[in-house]
Amino acid sequence: MNHVQLQGKLRTAILKLHFGANSGHIGCSLSCIDLLILIIQYMNEEDSFILSKGHAASALYVVLNELGKIPEEDLDTFYKEATKLSAHPAPLKYPCISFATGSLGHGLPLAVGIAKAMKLKKNKGFSYVVMSDGETNEGTTWEAAHFAVANKLDNLLVFIDKNGLQGFARTVDVLGDTARSDLWEAMGFDVIEADGHNIELLIEAKQSFLKKENGKPKLIIANTVKGKGVSFMENTLDWHYLPMSKQQFEEAIAQVNNDYQI
Amino acid sequence: MRKHFSAYIEKIIEENDDLIFITGDLGYNALENLQQKLGDKFINAGVAEQNMVGMAAGMASQGFRVICYSIAPFVVYRCLEQIRNDVCFHNLPVFIVGNGGGYGYGIMGSSHHAIEDIACLSGLPNMQCYIPSFIEDMNQCMDQIFTRKQPAYLRLGVGKNMPGNVIHREFGAATSIPDPQLTIIVQGPVANNLFAALKTHEAADKIEIFVLNQMPLQMLPKELEDSIVSSKNVITVEEHITVGGLGSAVSLLINEKSIALNKFTSLHAKGYPTGLYGSQSYHQQVSGLDEKNISSVISSYF
Repeated sequence: MNHVQLQGKLRTAILKLHFGANSGHIGCSLSCIDLLILIIQYMNEEDSFILSKGHAASALYVVLNELGKIPEEDLDTFYKEATKLSAHPAPLKYPCISFATGSLGHGLPLAVGIAKAMKLKKNKGFSYVVMSDGETNEGTTWEAAHFAVANKLDNLLVFIDKNGLQGFARTVDVLGDTARSDLWEAMGFDVIEADGHNIELLIEAKQSFLKKENGKPKLIIANTVKGKGVSFMENTLDWHYLPMSKQQFEEAIAQVNNDYQI
Repeated sequence: MRKHFSAYIEKIIEENDDLIFITGDLGYNALENLQQKLGDKFINAGVAEQNMVGMAAGMASQGFRVICYSIAPFVVYRCLEQIRNDVCFHNLPVFIVGNGGGYGYGIMGSSHHAIEDIACLSGLPNMQCYIPSFIEDMNQCMDQIFTRKQPAYLRLGVGKNMPGNVIHREFGAATSIPDPQLTIIVQGPVANNLFAALKTHEAADKIEIFVLNQMPLQMLPKELEDSIVSSKNVITVEEHITVGGLGSAVSLLINEKSIALNKFTSLHAKGYPTGLYGSQSYHQQVSGLDEKNISSVISSYF
């Protein structure tokens, strides 16, 4: 299966999960699924990953299921009573999900702490974290970013899933573009902007960063489309929240199957 | 207590290479030795307490035991969600150390006081709060914190030495007398005011004292329960609001045990009823936690 087919397969899996659960948070999972494929599929044993935007948990669950780390029967319980797979990741349920997230602005401090601990242990691993662009509103994000720069954590690789939409408006219309590359560069990050849905380009960006031991933390600003792959969901605030009707679900699956050559 | 705390850490770091000490930019004239001894495992997180606690959870997930140090209100209230979500939910060995519990920072003002800290923290999952009263029970608290390897909060205040008639217990300390007529339960360095009041009180030999240094209280220690059953009279003393503090915890446990009392008094921090500010002693006095008021409340039982 090539990357595009995998991107399509896991989009289908996300849609099925949400349709089965009659739940929202679809757009934000379709927005970052390609980043999660990139990071989790190619992670080494000593690396660490945190999904800071915990509301995209379904994307995390389907990737981990694809890698055999979350069993199929668990996936069937998504959103149901007495499940381990709540809408935002739960604590201490799977070794592959190291932190329960859901309240925004927690992921970067955690990932920075992990990166610092790796340095203290002289461990060669990388600390990965995926944040939403809305999370760059949070003060803790900036606290952690400054610490990472001051402590020369070049083993920290941050991805911002920049889809331009946050809870109740476009990000530029709320606090301005707080996920802008020049802000992060000015702080001392090495920044690459890339198409967040093109896995080949993302691999290239990531590899170039992993080789760079220059004392600077790394940021890939992934330009993404909320709801990517399902045209009626794309770039709308509504699909942060809405569940699908049967007709919408069938339409969405048909489009993904067609566009991703499944 | 701060210097004793620092000396304790200095002592244990030699045989424990999994300790990280993070300060929220505090420690002038107190933590310099520690900084030198710990080297790169002494971290100044800057004036960024929430990140300090979030990072500590990340470090703890990598196998470290991590101490987060600041003035009590800054490391408790501002970081409450990091303590709950990042530390407690994951049951990680992150030890929150708050200096100046209660009205400890006195004239520095209400921003620097922590009189609701135990209420905020002691209900969090996996969290144990340690509130030593004397220099002598600090070691006991610290030993437990470092061996338990779970979330902990250590509330530091101005430490004095334990009075001679007090004996160490696993729950803290206590005096012991036959057939007590009054049981007093106390928490934290405000115990010094209580013992000062007792020194001159004519009924002192009829009163049994229990110094409890941990919250939440899961149960009444056996000796304490026996004392309450015998005396039927209880006073609790704490430099903390009564909501979520020692007084409410003790009264709940007494009720659950269906122990009938003649009289129960909770002496606790009352906030800022005068709207005015002063030293720790001033605020203790306003709340009725001073030696004189404690003495007169004791007299009302006899």
